[in-house]
Amino acid sequence: MADPATIAERARRNGGDAAGGEERSSLRARLGPAAAAAGARRGLGAASGSVGHAAGALARVGFDATRILGKRLAEGVSERLAADLDDRDPDYVRERLPLTWLFASLWYRAEVRNLGNIPETGPVLLVGNHTGGNLAPETFIFTLAFSTYFGVERRYNQLAHNLVLASPLGPFLRRFGTVAASHENARRALEAGAAVLVFPGGDWEVHRPSWQGSRIDLAGRKGFIRLAIDRGVPIVPVVTIGGQETGLWLSRGDWLARLLRLDRTLRLKVLPILIAPPWGLDIGDLLPRIPLPAKVTIEVLPAIDLAEQFGPHPDVDEVYGHVVRVMQDALDSLAAERRFPIIG
Amino acid sequence: MRLSEHVIISAPRQLVWDYVIEPANALHYMSGVTRWEVQGARAKGLGARYRALFRVGAAEVGGLIEVVEFDEPCDLAWSSVTGIDQRGRWRLRELADDRTRVEFRLAYGVAGAGIAGLIAEAVAAPTMGRHLRRTLHQLKRQVEHEKLRADAARRRAERAKTAA
Repeated sequence: MADPATIAERARRNGGDAAGGEERSSLRARLGPAAAAAGARRGLGAASGSVGHAAGALARVGFDATRILGKRLAEGVSERLAADLDDRDPDYVRERLPLTWLFASLWYRAEVRNLGNIPETGPVLLVGNHTGGNLAPETFIFTLAFSTYFGVERRYNQLAHNLVLASPLGPFLRRFGTVAASHENARRALEAGAAVLVFPGGDWEVHRPSWQGSRIDLAGRKGFIRLAIDRGVPIVPVVTIGGQETGLWLSRGDWLARLLRLDRTLRLKVLPILIAPPWGLDIGDLLPRIPLPAKVTIEVLPAIDLAEQFGPHPDVDEVYGHVVRVMQDALDSLAAERRFPIIG
Repeated sequence: MRLSEHVIISAPRQLVWDYVIEPANALHYMSGVTRWEVQGARAKGLGARYRALFRVGAAEVGGLIEVVEFDEPCDLAWSSVTGIDQRGRWRLRELADDRTRVEFRLAYGVAGAGIAGLIAEAVAAPTMGRHLRRTLHQLKRQVEHEKLRADAARRRAERAKTAA
């Protein structure tokens, strides 16, 4: 368990709530006395010999235990979210390349084109369309392709939803350079000279119905353009097809997420409804599932130099429209190449 | 994983050597290679560095390699500096009638990758083996064609000299 001060500092640097970190550390400090009080209450209940008292004491012990467990769980989640850019471990990435390559080559028959369009050096904002639900095959396929092409020595980070980092896979993903999606994290990564992969469409796009697999839907989110303008870095669009064929997405379930108030509590705008093995009907795409072995093709498009193409003061809406258009054109071409779903 | 293939080329060893060590030729005869770029001031010889990438399955694998042995016109070996671990070797041996036996060896892997690394090496072996064989066949075709052109140029020169 990390030091509370470190957690608070990391949370602050990641744009989180530093006060929350302090509160968590003080809560942790209070857990000792709470457990002691629970023990004292247990002793009192036993001494009285009264059944009522014993039952009351047991209930309080149960309540305290639940509270302690809840707090520890919350601490664990907050620690996972407080990912640091330095958590990326190039040696770890290198040693996992063969396993990633096996999955990408044998299961998804993946193909990544035109990596040469990414500038050889310096920070760059890679903007992708998100596919394939919570498994999102393009994330690890692109990480593999980038790491083998440029070498694991080149800094590379990708931004992910909090829920992904809070999952059991979170610690592994952090070593691959995955950090919580926030403007602050992206800015810091670019300042460090990293190539940063973002999926502006996020959970909205990744859970779109399968029949919309060849449609770019960035949900009108333009923060990445402001970021690129602020940092003066080029935007490189990365277009993926095939991910939406790794399951059958029936609906985003945005109405269900609103009904369960997940949009407010967990930043979840959607609660997808899909058909996927081994569960059959899967609501939420939160359980481990077997993705269908659809062929995944990724194409890297030419870099967009905002100052060169749109002048010294680019219009955010104009740039957004341009990025979506070039991505949609490329996705249409990739879709035209595909003869059959899954087979490719 | 260590792979090795060989071929007999009907050309003198020096001609094969000159063709093999020229970095500009690499993309023409090396199968599966997507990049072979000189890195640094030295283009050939001991210590020359190249950024070499091979397409294998879903990725272009390779990295920075350095020539660690340059024994003209017999042996050229390289070793990886970054990227996947690899060692490559060209072994040229003279045969009778101006022929050359050319052997191409390639050993590759990722240290620390465990069982997945061993499986990946075995899965990639057929593809890499095909690349090695095709590389040697392309080298043979191109060098023998070079020899043909050189012989033709020599005959033309002789004819011109006789006519004069």
